[in-house]
Amino acid sequence: MTERPVLEARGIVKVFGQHRALEAVDFTAHPGEVHALLGENGAGKSTLIKILTGAYQPDGGELLLEGQPITLRDPLHGQSYGIGTVYQEVNLLPNRSVAENLFLGRQPTRLGLVDRKRIDAQARELLSRYGLDIDVRAELSEYSVAVQQIVAIARAVELSGKVLVLDEPTASLDRNEVQRLFDVVRALKAKGLAIIFITHFLDQVFDLADRVTILRNGKRVTTQALDTLNTTDVVRMMLGKDVTFEHHPSALAGGPKGAVKVRFQGLGRKGMPAFDLAVHEGEVVGVAGLLGSGRTEVARLMFGVDGADTGEVFVDGQPVSIRNPAQAVAAGFGFCPEDRKLDGIFGDLSVRENIIIALQAKLGWFKALNREDQVELAGRYAEALDIRAADHDMPVKLLSGGNQQKVILARWLAIDPTFLILDEPTRGIDVGAHAEIVRTINRLREEGLALFVISSELDEVVAYSNRIVVMRDREMVAELDGDAIAPDAIVQAIAGTPEEARP
Amino acid sequence: MTRSLRPLMATALIFLFAYMLAVSQQPAMLSTRVLGNFLTDNAFLGIAAVGMTFVILSGGIDLSVGAVIGFTTVLVAVLIMWLQLHPLIAFAIALIVATAFGAIMGAAIHYLKVPSFIVTLAGMFLARGGASVLSPDSIGIQHDFYATVQKSYILLPGGGRLTVVGIIMLVVFALAILLAHRTRFGSNVYALGGSETSAALMGVPVARTTISIYALSSFLAGLAGVVFSLYTSAGYSLNALGVELDAIAAVVIGGTLLTGGYGFVAGTFIGVMLQGLVQTYIVFDGTLSSWWTKIVVGVLLFMFIVLQRLVFRAGPRRT
Repeated sequence: MTERPVLEARGIVKVFGQHRALEAVDFTAHPGEVHALLGENGAGKSTLIKILTGAYQPDGGELLLEGQPITLRDPLHGQSYGIGTVYQEVNLLPNRSVAENLFLGRQPTRLGLVDRKRIDAQARELLSRYGLDIDVRAELSEYSVAVQQIVAIARAVELSGKVLVLDEPTASLDRNEVQRLFDVVRALKAKGLAIIFITHFLDQVFDLADRVTILRNGKRVTTQALDTLNTTDVVRMMLGKDVTFEHHPSALAGGPKGAVKVRFQGLGRKGMPAFDLAVHEGEVVGVAGLLGSGRTEVARLMFGVDGADTGEVFVDGQPVSIRNPAQAVAAGFGFCPEDRKLDGIFGDLSVRENIIIALQAKLGWFKALNREDQVELAGRYAEALDIRAADHDMPVKLLSGGNQQKVILARWLAIDPTFLILDEPTRGIDVGAHAEIVRTINRLREEGLALFVISSELDEVVAYSNRIVVMRDREMVAELDGDAIAPDAIVQAIAGTPEEARP
Repeated sequence: MTRSLRPLMATALIFLFAYMLAVSQQPAMLSTRVLGNFLTDNAFLGIAAVGMTFVILSGGIDLSVGAVIGFTTVLVAVLIMWLQLHPLIAFAIALIVATAFGAIMGAAIHYLKVPSFIVTLAGMFLARGGASVLSPDSIGIQHDFYATVQKSYILLPGGGRLTVVGIIMLVVFALAILLAHRTRFGSNVYALGGSETSAALMGVPVARTTISIYALSSFLAGLAGVVFSLYTSAGYSLNALGVELDAIAAVVIGGTLLTGGYGFVAGTFIGVMLQGLVQTYIVFDGTLSSWWTKIVVGVLLFMFIVLQRLVFRAGPRRT
């Protein structure tokens, strides 16, 4: 590490419209090191990576490769400079053979025809260096994601060979596969490659990386050698929550609970360990955890978006089958998804139509709500939730984020729900509306609703939760109740510091 | 065996089974004479279907094929009969026009990011309309060259005749198999069908490949038009109506996935022959309406779509 960096970014600035995604960020990658890049959603991680690989062009600052300034037009151009990238969703061709994926674009030819035998032989030889002995003539899609990742790495290293960017390569791998991948990465590191590693899994960072750069809100928080840090420090820097910040005792924390409204028993599916959870009437169960810890997956499982392989669901003590969202709605569940624009609102439909759509779906085809009922319903909930729209017939996409969120809430309140799942209800909403959403959650709780709320905003979860479930590596690792609810305790549970038993 | 081979195997087995069934009903169908006629009668469809195979493999569709065949027959007839050009020169001009037409469609698809369905639909109307403008009526072609070609054939053992147009189709298939499976262009076509984003990131020249694919398809449609003209000795703007759909059917029955990325040129050959078999059987039978061809093709198509779903739904098998 005494050598000069192979790739260096100096004062990188990237602006999208009004939003400054990166603010004078410095980053260096040295030969023979694994450099982890960490940050929550929106921290600027992926923007920085896209600039380093050439997918985006920076609006300020410069890139240096071995001391020489470079300008990258696109990832292909970056590749020619020796910067290779392997993405989470493998960017290879599932329909072609392993060998062809390794050699596409540079197949050896004989008399103008592709020399298949030589490709296969070279591919076998190449993969054996990665400890992979597979049939290279088989289609890539016949192999597991882990093997595909290694093939992608082999191709990237073969073509580039100076810097290897691994963008969340382990997100869909199991533990053994992760170890296999890490062995490959360690071998490449020993060969002197500079490896930039992005992941959500902190234990993997400590396992593999030498240095870490943490980004928050488009700014670099720190770049440090990992042996000077522990997990708690890292989580604290990622979430930007210092121990100094205020403890909000939730008014109802530890207070008397109503009857159990919804109970999930042993619910799980492939890649998602089974969990048990009961939510009481008039209770908010908050969920804390880093991005990728399995928070959203739990919500999707509860609502039947992803069918569960195991487990049972009870509503008011009665078993119900939830295999798809329609059954979930019939059972009185509501779900406000994380990506409001993509999965939540119907942008071109009016506020009124967006509010009545779940109720109409529940009633079925033959009990169409007439216009008066629709107007009445929309008016009632718009008033109750204080949805500010000039007109309930205007397209919902013209509303602000906070009002859109309230429209989705209204949609579920209209079906008179028993259980509401909110995934990041305050994401992308301005600060004023934040407080309003939090107030609404508190009011719904007081009205006796059972809620399950996922949020990365620690002080927010603390403000409305009776109980907090902490998730890490797709498992519920801790449950905080009553006085135990405190941002600091959550940070420690997320980090999995010695006070908490590690799984 | 890779799973993409399975639909091809299924097609081959169904063809053999259907042929045996047909022979058991009409023993006369087992002769090189019938086989020779198979090749001659379906030559234009086969050649057009080869182009369609490349287009579908890349994840696109070409609806202009039938219209380009019709246009080419008219253009060739006009050049020979009205302008007194030698047929070979007329063919060369027609093929150049067709290829350029396809290249323009490919460029529109790539640069304007318009779905191939829409661009080639426009191409279909243009070519069909253009043919009617050239001549709304059928033009008969009388030329010594045509007469010579029509009389030339290779005698097969058993009295069958392998005609010039039949030979052209076989050569086209042979070259196309090499092009698809043994050249970089072929790999790029499959790559586009697998994932355009990945292909671009892996260095496939997406623009060049897309333009080449549609140019190739229209070139082959033009060649099919030339063959059609040799076969019927006439140019007519309404020739080969709906042939693009027969070609798509042949490609899909031949085991190529409509969404692109998987399939074989050889499969298309069997797909074409299977359609020819049904037609021939109906002719032999004499009592069946010719619409039975459509019904059988419809049933086969449906079967293959279901079969492909089943084959490709299976996930990764190895670790």
